[in-house]
Amino acid sequence: MFEIIMLISLLLIAISSLMYIYRVIKGPSTPDRVIALDAIGINLIGITAVISVVLNTDAFLEVILLLGILTFIGTVAFSKFLEKGEIIENDRDQ
Amino acid sequence: MKTNDVILQTVTKIVLFIIVLFSIYLFFAGHNTPGGGFVGGLMASGAIVLLLLAFDVKTVLNILPINYINLAGVGLFIAVGFGAGSFLVGEPFLSHAFDYFELPLLGKTELTTATIFDLGVYLVVIGVTMTIIQTIGETE
Repeated sequence: MFEIIMLISLLLIAISSLMYIYRVIKGPSTPDRVIALDAIGINLIGITAVISVVLNTDAFLEVILLLGILTFIGTVAFSKFLEKGEIIENDRDQ
Repeated sequence: MKTNDVILQTVTKIVLFIIVLFSIYLFFAGHNTPGGGFVGGLMASGAIVLLLLAFDVKTVLNILPINYINLAGVGLFIAVGFGAGSFLVGEPFLSHAFDYFELPLLGKTELTTATIFDLGVYLVVIGVTMTIIQTIGETE
């Protein structure tokens, strides 16, 4: 029973990821694509968590934190590129 | 147009400590659980990259006055020096030893010399990643 619930939730997260992928491909503007990629990263965190419950292991808990940090840094880098055109500035005050 | 990055900079100041702590945790947890020098080094350089994103190259150089090429060199020296150190006790190259110690606070702890090699890997990964990112970012 518990296993079936976990598999159903995996299926639902997978379907929502597919819809985000549709938004990444189709998205009319670049910010749409960036937000969709960010949400795909969060969905990956959910998939990892559910799979670590299904496999009954705690070896993937580091992966969850790591994906969260990497998604955040990636989204910030993309947003800065969209806003300023350069990701790493030499001197901010000029 | 001058933009206002107060939210990004404040979030960075808090999240930075979490990322650095997580990288140190990954570095020390690598012996018995997933983790190790490579992922730890990547996370530490991720923290520095976040600092570079929120501030600029000049400020980060003020906070962390590190020459990353030298850091990679120091890491390589530590790793190779650890490997050569096993010659001193008449063992083959890169053989390591471990023992149990009674530490204050931590109790019975297993200390291995493999940690020193991992420290070398950690420093090399930080040095190489930050060198690549800074040389790409600085060109104008």
